[in-house]
Amino acid sequence: MTLELRNVTKRVGGETHVAGVTLTLERGSLNVLLGPTLSGKTTILRLMAGLDVPVEGQVLIDGRDVTGTPVRQRSVAMVYQQFINYPNLTVYENIASPLRVARVPRTELDRRVRDAAALMRLDSQLDRYPLGLSGGQQQRTALARAIVKRADLLLLDEPLANLDYKLREELREQLPKLFAEIGAITVYATAEPSDALLLGGSTATLSEGRVTQFGRTVDVYRRPTDRETAEAFSDPPMNFIAARIAGGKAHLPGGAILPAHGPLAGLPDGEITLGFRANHLYLRQPSQDAVAVTAKVAIVEITGSESFVHAIHRDMRWVALVHGIHELNPGAPVELYLDPKRMFAFDRDGRLVAAPDFAAAA
Amino acid sequence: MTDTATVASRPMHSTGAARRAGARRRIGFSWLVPALYILFLMVPIYWLLNMSFKTTNEILGTFSLWPNEFTFANYHKIVTDPVWYNGYLNSIAYATLNTILSVSVALPAAYAFSRYRFLGDKHLFFWLLTNRMAPPAIFALPFFQLYSSVGLFDTHIAVALAHCLFNIPLAVWILEGFMSGVPKEIDETAYIDGYSFRRFFFKIFIPLIAGGIGVAAFFCFMFSWVELLLAKTLTSVAARPIASVMTRTISISGYELGVLAAAGALTIVPGAIVIYFVRNYIAKGFALGRV
Repeated sequence: MTLELRNVTKRVGGETHVAGVTLTLERGSLNVLLGPTLSGKTTILRLMAGLDVPVEGQVLIDGRDVTGTPVRQRSVAMVYQQFINYPNLTVYENIASPLRVARVPRTELDRRVRDAAALMRLDSQLDRYPLGLSGGQQQRTALARAIVKRADLLLLDEPLANLDYKLREELREQLPKLFAEIGAITVYATAEPSDALLLGGSTATLSEGRVTQFGRTVDVYRRPTDRETAEAFSDPPMNFIAARIAGGKAHLPGGAILPAHGPLAGLPDGEITLGFRANHLYLRQPSQDAVAVTAKVAIVEITGSESFVHAIHRDMRWVALVHGIHELNPGAPVELYLDPKRMFAFDRDGRLVAAPDFAAAA
Repeated sequence: MTDTATVASRPMHSTGAARRAGARRRIGFSWLVPALYILFLMVPIYWLLNMSFKTTNEILGTFSLWPNEFTFANYHKIVTDPVWYNGYLNSIAYATLNTILSVSVALPAAYAFSRYRFLGDKHLFFWLLTNRMAPPAIFALPFFQLYSSVGLFDTHIAVALAHCLFNIPLAVWILEGFMSGVPKEIDETAYIDGYSFRRFFFKIFIPLIAGGIGVAAFFCFMFSWVELLLAKTLTSVAARPIASVMTRTISISGYELGVLAAAGALTIVPGAIVIYFVRNYIAKGFALGRV
């Protein structure tokens, strides 16, 4: 089965939630919808499920137009960010619910429910009610109900966002294996770039209701086609600086000059924007080509063995992710190193014109 | 070390004791107000019970805190005289009928208000409530003539329908609050699982708002039970409510005060019974709903 969105638009009360989205998802693929809140992730999932009907465009399954087909006639399963279960049914009945409606014979139903429960490690909770379980168990119940149905399309709307850190890590580890076993088209919406990178598969980055790029997750991460994609797919956010290319060198506003090595080599003269990730902004000179610029420390966040140095260079706010503890005083000047080999270059319209080597882009 | 420890602990101990004493003093006052309140509430009810066990002569002749000549004659009269016990049966009949009607009509209406946006939904919702603000008296005359013309005068269904005027809006409001407490995603999950609307509504949704249905039914029953004006206007003999029987007794047989008191005491009973059945829901209900 393939699922195709063709130029799909959804507006609610004059507000555009999804604008002209075109996507083709193949059978057995794992797809991540990545974007900040209000970028249209949930709406796209609802359009795929058939819970909402687009105002323009078509939804096709295997080339057949299903735009107006109601959800209960489609083969869909969905997991919400909030833990949604039937509070009046036991965990067993919750998982069995789609099979009961489909009139699956008793013995097969029992076997499938117990398999799904075992996979989600809910074996010992089957007789309990969802509201008496922990958040992680509740969400695993919802996941079990979604997989027991063996639907062609499995939609997950930030399923781990409301879980605590430990459970999130645990489920994040299980999910990719699970998705591979099911063989359905899986669509996983998330706001966290790290989720997308850990899940792998393909990623569609979203910005204000549009898909900015769709491709293999690693490709999208290392070769963002435009600035919006690079911004959506960087955590902490990507740093930017305006530059002027002239005579094979990049002139930065502060007077610093980057040698046009690596991606910057061969760029035509003109105005560009350079982008670089937080882990490519250094406190110590990483290579001979790297050039220092002076910035003012705004704040330093220390997370155990790493430091996030927030600095202001001219009126741009940068974040440097560096190993080790660096206790810098806010307001103090700091030398930061830019490495030309790690630079993404965007033209005036925000399109990518040069990217680092594939290996150097991570 | 030990010295300083005991020295340090002593003032703490004494302040703790003082605090406990203060708490005791506060408790000493705090029971008084609710006790007085309950006392004032209970006095009339006690007096009603008191009178219902007296003879009419004793009620009129002496002022006594408890019955001197204890008698069940008043109650006996009510359970044996068809005019009296039919009054109760009529009231129970139309109040029950009204409760079933109101709740079953209000369920889909409340679901629509809770789940869908449509043109003028907020205005319509508020307009429903304004029906409750109108005094029933203004509807008495039109209802009388309308029900008479379609041959419904003096029937249980007439009173039950008339009471829908104020009970359906109330039930819609109560149920809408409960329904909005159930996330819309539960509906959607059911549709995704393949439930039809009917199956979802009866198998999943109704059990989730059972408390709300209990509370709504309780209010409908009680308001229908205590309403006098419409019930009296729309009936004459066959469907006459108990409250109406009580007013007649004064005017015709003169002073039958003992029987009247017994009737009053019995009128409280159905309310108490209904409260007993929904007691678990009502506490949960008030917390979840928005009433």
